[in-house]
Amino acid sequence: MDQNQQNKEQQKREYQQIAAKHEEKRPIGINCLKAFIIGGLVCTFGQAVQNFYMYFFDFTEKTAGDPTVATLIFIAILLTGFGVYRRFGQFAGAGSAVPVTGFANSMASAAIEFRTEGLVLGTGSNMFKLAGSVIVFGTVAAFVIALVRTLLGM
Amino acid sequence: MLTGKRTWLFETKPVIISTGVIGGPFEQKGAIPEDFDAFYEDQWFGEDSYEKAQKVLFENACETSMQKAGMTKDDIQFVFAGDLLNQITSTSFACRKINIPFFGLFSACATSMEGLALAAFILNSNGADKVMTGSASHYGAVEKTFRYPNDYGAQKPPTSQRTATAAGAAILSKTGAGPAITSATIGKVVDEGLKDPFNMGGAMAPAAVDTIEAHLQDRNLPPDYYDLIVTGDLARIGRNIALELFEKKGLEVQENQFMDCGILLYKKDQQVMAGASGSGCSAAVTYGHLLNRMKRGELNRILVVATGALLSPLTFQQQESIPCIAHAVSIEMQGGISS
Repeated sequence: MDQNQQNKEQQKREYQQIAAKHEEKRPIGINCLKAFIIGGLVCTFGQAVQNFYMYFFDFTEKTAGDPTVATLIFIAILLTGFGVYRRFGQFAGAGSAVPVTGFANSMASAAIEFRTEGLVLGTGSNMFKLAGSVIVFGTVAAFVIALVRTLLGM
Repeated sequence: MLTGKRTWLFETKPVIISTGVIGGPFEQKGAIPEDFDAFYEDQWFGEDSYEKAQKVLFENACETSMQKAGMTKDDIQFVFAGDLLNQITSTSFACRKINIPFFGLFSACATSMEGLALAAFILNSNGADKVMTGSASHYGAVEKTFRYPNDYGAQKPPTSQRTATAAGAAILSKTGAGPAITSATIGKVVDEGLKDPFNMGGAMAPAAVDTIEAHLQDRNLPPDYYDLIVTGDLARIGRNIALELFEKKGLEVQENQFMDCGILLYKKDQQVMAGASGSGCSAAVTYGHLLNRMKRGELNRILVVATGALLSPLTFQQQESIPCIAHAVSIEMQGGISS
């Protein structure tokens, strides 16, 4: 590396230190607390929905799972469509992203956003823009775990 | 003409004779609604896509500036304009309707002052009598291009900036009454290695300081020559960094003399994190708020320094750092010219 380039790198490092000093950090403590409480409330609500299905309809604890998830997804998509979910997400952070509602929001928001490019080239091909990587790496992880389990069982 | 290394002096002092400034609903609730000519009531503007809405926004700003000047397209020889979307389509599509010979520009959010500098240069060298320049940005369209879908519930960090839904257009003339363009300094591409697209102010601050320093050197002026040096848009974080860089370089730019369009546009209680951004923000704030303050006699000489982050969603994903640019234009009231 010649002298000029070294000076340039030095200058960049110095600047990055200045910039880091002024950068407002994410309030991680508060964000975690909010995520914990709101995420917990979402799950509590889910539990209430599950109990509702078990109490009023002929579902067992096991079979009530599917309609419960469907109900949460439905509500999340509805709130996405009304433009409410993004505000909820800004406030709750991971508390809105981690439950199944976050996954529903990532798909619905992309589906709505790219509707202007048509049903096939827009909504169809962009719906998994954010959710796609979750599915890909979820599948890869499941494959690896299944492989480990099979090998251990041999 | 050329003075110093990269500054143009405009001896004929082209004049901004008319402006058109249009905003969206969120900007109407902002800090300076009285400096806009009109607002749209929702994000869609009656169009079926955000991109078309951005096109209409720019058309409207141009048409408003022509109406206010009592002019038609035939009175204006050239348009210098651009925006943030891919291939600057909103601007080109708007110019299909406006139908004035068109130079398409891209310097990200620095496009507004790139346009003003070139417009003044063309007038100063007798290339035209009347020239129009401006830029527009639309929150929905820009978010869609650069970030996540609008309705995705991602949590934005405190350093992020909100793209303004705003457009500003100005008509410049060789003669007439109004604030005059006296000089312009063209920016270099500066990259100090920052990579966070949610901290544009931090990435762009060195470019702004570099151009301001060059401008003052080239024109051999002290910083207090200007009543106000206004960047667009470093927002809160970038402005603080710039102030520290001034101090480090020994440039005596005072805190109360150094403002930012991204801070001026919104109210404190609006959730915009560090402030506003977008090529339409500096255009709208300059051609609306700042020129109005000049016409009211509150400001005599200002230096507007528009800053642009020259990244694309692709370069960010490929983990490249963010190259930035800043163009500066000085606007001055001429004694007695003010109408």
